[in-house]
Amino acid sequence: MTVLFGQLFTGISIGAVLLLIALGLALTFGQMNVINMAHGEFIMAGAYTTYVLQQSITGAGLSLVVALPVAFVVAGTMGALLEVLLIRRLYARPLDTLLVTWGVSLMLQQLARDIFGSPNVQTRAPELLTGNVALPGGLTVANNRLFILVLALAAVAALTLALRLTPLGRRIRAVVQNRDLAAVSGIATSRVDRTTFFVGSGLAGLAGVALTLLGPIGPTMGTNLIIDAFLVVVVGGIGQLKGSVIVAFALGVLQATGEYLTTLSVAKVIVFVAIVAFLQWRPQGLFTLRTRSLA
Amino acid sequence: MSLFRGRRILAGAMTLVAAAAMTACGSKTTDSGGATGVTADVSGDTVKVGLLNSLSGTMAISEVTVRDAIMLAVEEINAAGGVLGRKIQPIGEDGASDWPTFAEKAEKLISEDRVAAVFGCWTSASRKAVKPVFEKNKALLFYPVQYEGLEQSPYIFYTGATTNQQIVPGLDYLKSQGAKSVYLVGSDYVFPRTANKIIKAYAAANGMTVLGEDYAPLGSTEFGTIVNKVKSSGADAVFNTLNGDSNVAFFKEYKSAGLTAAAMPVVSVSIAEEEVKGIGTQYLEGQLTAWNYYQTTPGAANSKFVAAYKAKYGADKPTSDPMEAAYVGVYLWKAMVEKAGAFDVEKVRSASDGITFEAPEGLVTVDGKTQHIAKTARIGKIGADGLITEVWNSGKPVAPDPYLKTYPWASGLS
Repeated sequence: MTVLFGQLFTGISIGAVLLLIALGLALTFGQMNVINMAHGEFIMAGAYTTYVLQQSITGAGLSLVVALPVAFVVAGTMGALLEVLLIRRLYARPLDTLLVTWGVSLMLQQLARDIFGSPNVQTRAPELLTGNVALPGGLTVANNRLFILVLALAAVAALTLALRLTPLGRRIRAVVQNRDLAAVSGIATSRVDRTTFFVGSGLAGLAGVALTLLGPIGPTMGTNLIIDAFLVVVVGGIGQLKGSVIVAFALGVLQATGEYLTTLSVAKVIVFVAIVAFLQWRPQGLFTLRTRSLA
Repeated sequence: MSLFRGRRILAGAMTLVAAAAMTACGSKTTDSGGATGVTADVSGDTVKVGLLNSLSGTMAISEVTVRDAIMLAVEEINAAGGVLGRKIQPIGEDGASDWPTFAEKAEKLISEDRVAAVFGCWTSASRKAVKPVFEKNKALLFYPVQYEGLEQSPYIFYTGATTNQQIVPGLDYLKSQGAKSVYLVGSDYVFPRTANKIIKAYAAANGMTVLGEDYAPLGSTEFGTIVNKVKSSGADAVFNTLNGDSNVAFFKEYKSAGLTAAAMPVVSVSIAEEEVKGIGTQYLEGQLTAWNYYQTTPGAANSKFVAAYKAKYGADKPTSDPMEAAYVGVYLWKAMVEKAGAFDVEKVRSASDGITFEAPEGLVTVDGKTQHIAKTARIGKIGADGLITEVWNSGKPVAPDPYLKTYPWASGLS
């Protein structure tokens, strides 16, 4: 029983990590149809931001709190720059964005290597987050994973509310649904694109901060994450935030269950087979954009 | 346009033909060279040696330190007058963490530069890639890293530990501490799988239970489930053959699951001082490692080595087992050449048996039959300062036994 709950929590926490790294992509790929291969490097930028901040802020807890908004702005700015310099010229050719942003991702990796060196670096986690909560029955829940779960859910809530309630959110939805109509209605579509990219990339930065609590920070960390992020968005249904949320947790639990019953490598195969089978059945993903409503 | 394209295709085809012809020529010359073995170029007043390490790519973090240690030995030997009156001229090549590149660079060092010996390689994959190149050319490689054993090549000297000098002592130590059960965690490639096969055979013969065995792909950073399994298994100890980054994620997860070195120690065979610095001592303090050398190993030879290394590369640079084995390799080669009185590979090989050297790890002796060396086994505990202190050693050098022939329980392995 303890093992079962332990595994369920592991699955949910894998899901939370997946959700956090896929959330920004759900916005830029899901809603804007831009295949941004450099998204993983924005995650890396967030992680390195945390590392740099720790060099000057001694308290690990304080530096983590400061890192969240700073990483959001750093990664967001990189995303906005990418949009302004390259992607805006390619909106009509979504497949070309794949090649261009892949090139950018390689350059960013090399840049990180030049600045921080190729060996991985580490951050100190706040004392509070290295422990765990002991529940009855010998079950323990790791604090760092709990923190990531809360962060992921908070980010989803904030993004959903922003898209539904704020003027910017309404403009984003308008541009996504019908760019030409939005433009003649007086919406500055290119500014909206830039802002959307800023927010989407900023969310990747947040994911980067969270990932420093779990593993190493290295130039290639983004490459390992980007595939998972794309899977979540594609299976969830392009343009559907709730699809990403459900699929992230479903894949997390499937991965954890598969891994418990078999091995990590086999579990990965199980997840991929499940995804392929699912996409045969529903090529459009779990949810599709059929109505005028969004998110 | 079509004419232009036609010409380009033609030009491309010509280039291919030319390249094929050149490759064919190249292999022909090396073949004829291979019959007698490539002789080292000692026409000047120097002798060339090759340094083959990854200076870029994922393995650079570890291999650069090995290169640094080899260079230190070369400079020391040159300052003391060289080998057989000749100064060593090192020729460095970058294997770039890519196994075909290792083979290509090995061929270049042997055939073009005509080096007397090559020092380098780290992963078993890179060693397996260059092995046929050295055997074909009858050239010498000094390989400095602990490995999975079950190998022996007439043209490779293994200066790192083989399994009976690292893994078996690690298990003996656990057994002596009363560990009745172990859990095996490793990266999914040749070294951990072979090591775990050996561990399972050992456990079966020594009344130890292996409660589980899990592999994570190289570079994997998701250890939630594996740590859950380890925790619920209730094992007395964990034997860790994870390599690289994965260790960081594994030990972070281990700590946040509430597992401690006191309650369930982890013995690692791929984490040395350099890696400890990278992973973070707060996650590793109190955990165990199995090696033949630590920066803290007592003795005058080691004090001299550590001081010289820090003077050359910086006070914050730790020394580690693979670095020490690489450093020792250069000195062993020098001793073999001097005993043989020549740089000729076959003469050096036949002179190798019984060569000894006062290494930083203590006295080492070359076993001419297996071309491995006798080394003292050491179990260490990671301290808060990132250094590793010895908690047990084998007392005397352990003779190499790459195929574990002296262990009855290992009879079914090779």
